[in-house]
Amino acid sequence: MSQDPNVNTPHRGILPTEVWNRITEIRKRYPTARAALLPALHLAQDASDGWLPDPVIEAVAVELALPPSDVYGVVTFYDLFHQKPVGRHRIRVCTNVSCMLRGSDEIMATLRQELGTDEDEVTPDGRCSYVHFECLGSCDTAPMMMVDQDYHENLTPERVRQILKELP
Amino acid sequence: MAFEPVLTKNVGHPEVLTVRGYRDRGGYQALAKALAMEPAAVIEEVKASGLRGRGGAGFPTGMKWSFIPKDSPKPKYLVVNADESEPGTFKDRLLMEKDPHQLIEGCIISSWAVAAHTTYIYIRGEYVYAADVLERAIADAYQNGILGERVMGSGFRHDIYVHRGAGAYICGEETGLLESLEGKRGQPRVKPPFPAVVGAFGCPTVINNVETITCVPHIIERGAAWFAGIGTDARNTGPKLYAVSGHVERPGTYELPIGVTFQELLDACGGMWQGRGLKAYVPGGASAAVLTAEDRHLALDFDTMAKAGSMLGSAAVMVLDETTDMVRVAYRFAKFFAHESCGQCTPCREGTNWLELILHRILDGHGQPRDIDLIDSVAKQIGGNSLCALGDAAVGPARSIVQKFRHEFLAKMPAAALAAAS
Ligand SMILES: Cc1cc2nc3c(=O)[nH]c(=O)nc-3n(C[C@H](O)[C@H](O)[C@H](O)COP(=O)(O)O)c2cc1C
Ligand code: SF4
Ligand code: FES
Repeated sequence: MSQDPNVNTPHRGILPTEVWNRITEIRKRYPTARAALLPALHLAQDASDGWLPDPVIEAVAVELALPPSDVYGVVTFYDLFHQKPVGRHRIRVCTNVSCMLRGSDEIMATLRQELGTDEDEVTPDGRCSYVHFECLGSCDTAPMMMVDQDYHENLTPERVRQILKELP
Repeated sequence: MAFEPVLTKNVGHPEVLTVRGYRDRGGYQALAKALAMEPAAVIEEVKASGLRGRGGAGFPTGMKWSFIPKDSPKPKYLVVNADESEPGTFKDRLLMEKDPHQLIEGCIISSWAVAAHTTYIYIRGEYVYAADVLERAIADAYQNGILGERVMGSGFRHDIYVHRGAGAYICGEETGLLESLEGKRGQPRVKPPFPAVVGAFGCPTVINNVETITCVPHIIERGAAWFAGIGTDARNTGPKLYAVSGHVERPGTYELPIGVTFQELLDACGGMWQGRGLKAYVPGGASAAVLTAEDRHLALDFDTMAKAGSMLGSAAVMVLDETTDMVRVAYRFAKFFAHESCGQCTPCREGTNWLELILHRILDGHGQPRDIDLIDSVAKQIGGNSLCALGDAAVGPARSIVQKFRHEFLAKMPAAALAAAS
């Protein structure tokens, strides 16, 4: 394996080496460095408690030799990238039409009640945050929500309470 | 309706997640067959099958492939549209999670046809599990010589990469997708040039939906005539996945010949939920105009839906029963489009926000009869005045619901407003 000239450059200090190694690997899949931006941001966010603080965004920009303003432009465009802290567990409730027809309002209300927070707020213990979301492609098992990376389907308020209780 | 499933035949057979299990059930035979054919003959076969794109627009697939310039010295790409963000749609997720090798096989055959050595599968960021299933299947395919330098021992080289999106409906639009793949904001490009000439990284690119690509191995294996023999007519052929949600007894993905009627599909789903009456249905996701109970005997195919003023789109069928508040449905669709407009074109950016605002006002009981005309006028100004089809898509549901359920809008208005207007 050839030596990557970026190794040990100061911007890399902010994320674990494995993340940069992984980004270096992924770059080979594309003819341009820029195309690795979305994968790089996903990896960076996963390694930064689920959100992208400015110094992390800027480190990714340096790594891929992109103007930071371009990278900010991308981060703000996509719903899955966050620029402020999120709960340790991120809950996304689909409230689009098929889920609305089968009771997504009740799911949102249950979360509000159980967690005592509004949408997009983090619980005081840092454990959870929830938001309503557009269709998540699980409309046949509505209502549904996504907790971190897992789909929970055919929900009832009772089931939501149980899921919350079981979350570490 | 005894229809033997084609695209979903391996659902319920988890052994197909491995190359070996997939082969045991007949997989990768079509690839071997295709590699022994001339690429041009593969394109001809797909043309003759009548296959039309399953992503929304229904463009003939073989014709799209034939637009790829043969003499270009540039690399060519296949990009699979696995963004699946059209509300109501969940069929591609099933195909990827339950039968990833069927998609891989389709990718390699399609790439052979257009001389592409790289496939990018652009999958929406929320489909973490499906992306993982695909990654594992791809690794297995490399290990078994199905991907890599010599596909199945032939001289054909092919690589497949999974590329995760990050939550933006507009990245399902093919040029928005390409921008996103290139690491930019997913804002659609001006066409022409079309992706077949200037696509990913400035190179000739074929973009097809997941379901479209999974049809390909079956066309090669069983022949164009077999495929064309399924469906309504020569313009609407093949098996089709209908994603049914809403007020039916058994929501789910149903594979049926393209062109079953809505009523037949509803029967397949066990009828209406709790035996209620049908009020309306949406045949093709949030972008399609709403149809009513009177339209229940229409064939769910491209041309019949277009003639009825709607569209088959992604064949996401949302079923709405007699208790449904249509104003609320219109509002929720409008809110979706306002959120997802990429903001490049003023009529779309501003107009979708206005539609949401006006519909919210009506829903809240503060509407005025003239709001109904206002919806129509805003909708008219978006339609046809924007760069990509999202603008037009935003207009369809709003206008059709207002037109067909006007009384429900009026019923929400304060008596004083109604009296003042009469
Ligand atoms: C706003 C918008 C969203 C779209 N979303 C998707 C999508 O999620 N998946 C898809 O396959 N096609 C989607 N399309 C259609 C694509 O632009 C394109 O027509 C399709 O990927 C072509 O593949 P096909 O010919 O195999 O259908 C969308 C189009 C628009 C205008
Ligand atoms: S029509 Fe809307 S979504 Fe499409 S490019 Fe214009 S602003 Fe963006
Ligand atoms: S509408 Fe909720 S998952 Fe599709």
